[in-house]
Amino acid sequence: MHQDQRPPSRKRLVRLCLNGRWREDAVPDHLLLVNYLRETVGLTGTKTGCDGGECGACMVLVDSVPMPACITLAVRCEGRSIETIEGLSSGGSLHRLQRAFHEQLGTQCGFCTPGMIMSAAALLRRNARPTDGEIREALAGNLCRCTGYVKIVESVRAAVDDAP
Amino acid sequence: MNGTVASRDWPRPGVPLIDGIDKVTGHARFTADLDPCGALVGRIFRSPVSHGDIVRLDVSRARDLEGVVAVVTGDDCPRTYGVLPVAMNEHPLACGKVRYRGEPVAAVAAVDAETAERALALIELEMRELPAHYTADSARAAGAALVHDDRPGNLERAVHHVFGDPEAGFAAADLVREVRIDCAEVNHAQIEPHAALADYDPATGQLTMQSVSQVTFYLHMMLAHCLQMDESRIRVIKPFVGGGFGARVEVLNFEIVTALLARAAQGKVLMQLTREENFLTHRARPQTAIRLRLGMRRDGRMTACECEVVQRGGAYAGYGIVTILYAGALLHGLYAIPAVKYDGYRIYTNLPPCGAMRGHGGVNTRHAFEVLLDRMARELELDPFAVRRMNLLSAPTRTLNELLVNSYGLPECLDRVERASGWRERIGRLPRGRGIGMACSHYVSGAAKPIHRTGEPHAVVNLKLDWDGGVTALTGAPDIGQGSSTMIAITVAETLDLPLERIRVIAADSAITPKDNGAYSSRITFMVGNAAIDAAQRLKDILSEVAARKLGVRREDVYTAAGMFLARGSDATAVSFEEVAKAALVGEGTLTIKGTFTCPPESQGGKHKGGAVGATMGFSYVAQVVEASVDEDTGQVTVHQVWAAIDCGHAINPLAVTGQVEGAVWMGMGQALSEETCYLDGLPAHASLLEYRVPTIIESPPIDVQIVESHDPLGPFGAKEASEGALASFAPALVAAVANAIGIDLDELPATPDRVVEALIARRRRARLKSAQESAP
Repeated sequence: MHQDQRPPSRKRLVRLCLNGRWREDAVPDHLLLVNYLRETVGLTGTKTGCDGGECGACMVLVDSVPMPACITLAVRCEGRSIETIEGLSSGGSLHRLQRAFHEQLGTQCGFCTPGMIMSAAALLRRNARPTDGEIREALAGNLCRCTGYVKIVESVRAAVDDAP
Repeated sequence: MNGTVASRDWPRPGVPLIDGIDKVTGHARFTADLDPCGALVGRIFRSPVSHGDIVRLDVSRARDLEGVVAVVTGDDCPRTYGVLPVAMNEHPLACGKVRYRGEPVAAVAAVDAETAERALALIELEMRELPAHYTADSARAAGAALVHDDRPGNLERAVHHVFGDPEAGFAAADLVREVRIDCAEVNHAQIEPHAALADYDPATGQLTMQSVSQVTFYLHMMLAHCLQMDESRIRVIKPFVGGGFGARVEVLNFEIVTALLARAAQGKVLMQLTREENFLTHRARPQTAIRLRLGMRRDGRMTACECEVVQRGGAYAGYGIVTILYAGALLHGLYAIPAVKYDGYRIYTNLPPCGAMRGHGGVNTRHAFEVLLDRMARELELDPFAVRRMNLLSAPTRTLNELLVNSYGLPECLDRVERASGWRERIGRLPRGRGIGMACSHYVSGAAKPIHRTGEPHAVVNLKLDWDGGVTALTGAPDIGQGSSTMIAITVAETLDLPLERIRVIAADSAITPKDNGAYSSRITFMVGNAAIDAAQRLKDILSEVAARKLGVRREDVYTAAGMFLARGSDATAVSFEEVAKAALVGEGTLTIKGTFTCPPESQGGKHKGGAVGATMGFSYVAQVVEASVDEDTGQVTVHQVWAAIDCGHAINPLAVTGQVEGAVWMGMGQALSEETCYLDGLPAHASLLEYRVPTIIESPPIDVQIVESHDPLGPFGAKEASEGALASFAPALVAAVANAIGIDLDELPATPDRVVEALIARRRRARLKSAQESAP
């Protein structure tokens, strides 16, 4: 009797590859990717800065393409590869973008930084030697309120020059 | 100059933020990232009308909903709160009356967000609507409905200050001109939305509050006041904070509401406001109407200034009284003006309350002032740089309103941007549609008189030296991204001649760190920096004593270099910091040292009413040049390059100084070009980051920052503020550049395409009218 009163399940199983590791979770259909990452998985590097698609603080890579996780449904990521800021550094050393943002003060308060770095990472993956114009275009969906973007452009430029 | 600085070489490289790696790896935990285990979700029910009496508020259906743990209303907090002890007139949840659309009326805590939102929909509110006022003019009109019954004419505060003899000054002028300038309301738009996590333990009666605060001490005080709790039962912790810019100086209603919910629920509540709610909970720069008159001699010397300012304050006092005082006080301190008359009016309206925003109070009047200075220079055929140079102060001095100016690097700032921008070669030689303009600004390095006059020092820093040889600095100063913790680490490291890695900074946790007045008025570098140097110097004295014993020399023969204690005259004998630290702990145990800083009485302002506002130990000075172009078909203004020179006394961390100046200049650009919050019958029309137009990286220009060091006699290593002063000179420099480009004088901010096109149409109309009159018989 008690069992029958339970509300019907609105979840489905989703398998995705998160930062290089496959995992499987039961998620509601309406769950946004940003909330999946932050609440289901517990990775809080991906931020929510707005009410949907305004600021870019939640930018993650879905199959290497930068996507705002706040307007992406988790269930749409079935079978896909998701990369977040937590997966960027490997083997205990910072990614060159992370090192550059740190050393060049491309980060001040740090709230937009993970999204900004993920957008920049996507750029460098498809274009190893971007011009300043291409850097600006790639980061146009990421708002920062601290830096005036000067040191953000410098950080990406430094990371480009630091390429192996 | 307080303290000695290890390296005076220039250029010094500067250092990255000590918490920078946490930020680039995503490990930094902001309030919304804290452990939500067991936390209920908080949501706020807001007023749908702008002004009205609450006839009936029924939360019983919400309370009865499965999954709702607590519902609170105004009945749960009868006390008012506010940042100024003389104007605490705000309820965290409306009591009897609402004064702006979106004002919190009730709040729920539920097991999840969906339940909390369903509960909000079950709250029943019946209102008797009152006439609402959305402009200062309408609120000031005869017979206007009162926002607060005790404020006739909806006048929050009038300020009337006269210094010198303005009448005589205007009489002595060769040219007297007046402008009327209107600046739109703007928003801090810090990227991290407001959030708070409150944890109430019913067994112990203790409350732990983590929030996005810039001033955790105010929050602590107001929580105790509103919840009627003993201060010692409350702990306030500041996690990483994603920007402030003044938005979080005042305690905000949602913070108290979250704590009320946690206590009612006897547990933990996480409140995260939407971006739209952030625009309702903003405390930003008010819409301002300015009438400004200047008298000038033919050679450019100013003879008098008269300024009237009306600020549309919103529904509650907040910081309003201070804002309207700053707007007048900061007419002083930049130039030598023999006479200044100021009339300021702060008006209550039925809109979300305004407050402090970067450059608090001074930005809009500085804009009007510099714009008029530029126009009068043109009329007198004087170079705008030359006009500024005719009116320089000479430090040390006291201004007419008794502000202390101990260091004054403005002349060098002018020289530096004039040279860097190629001003002399380029002014008047740019193609039509492209122009350059310049302006100056300044800002306080901390309010010398704190709001709460308790007799305590203005800043306290504790240092702990333990068996591991590490030095931990404990400070109540909240790092909100401006790099204050890094600044403290540098001042301690430089004083002790230690590598930065040996210093750890713990900031803003009321259970651990000493009280601090917080991150506002650019006070931390000057006050907390000085306290940190004082603490480090005391620790150094103790350690030098121990080192002398170990080295077998006299105390005065001991000096430090690169982590070593050495004996003068016998360089061969040296002991490491670690050895000395271990020896110092023998018989003593862990060393804890306190350093303090108190602003000297002569820096605390004049005796006249409101004289404490604007009073500071030192002003930063800025000159900047803006190069812009205007598309005369679309009215689009594009900024191509900015050159800004700042006198920050001494750059403790040059990397952070340039970062702060770039950010301030750019925030000034947002206000100048595109940012404004408008309301439609009290409903915010720009309540998202798509509608509220913060510049993107695409329209953000290169900014060349020049650092000028005037070595302030009281500053830590000679330093002054570097985070706010550069904002105010952007907009007037931009307006001057537009005038230089297309000959149009803009009287309104922001310079959006519609305003530029309207000004162009008005000019064509005037020209047609003139030619029609000339050709008339």
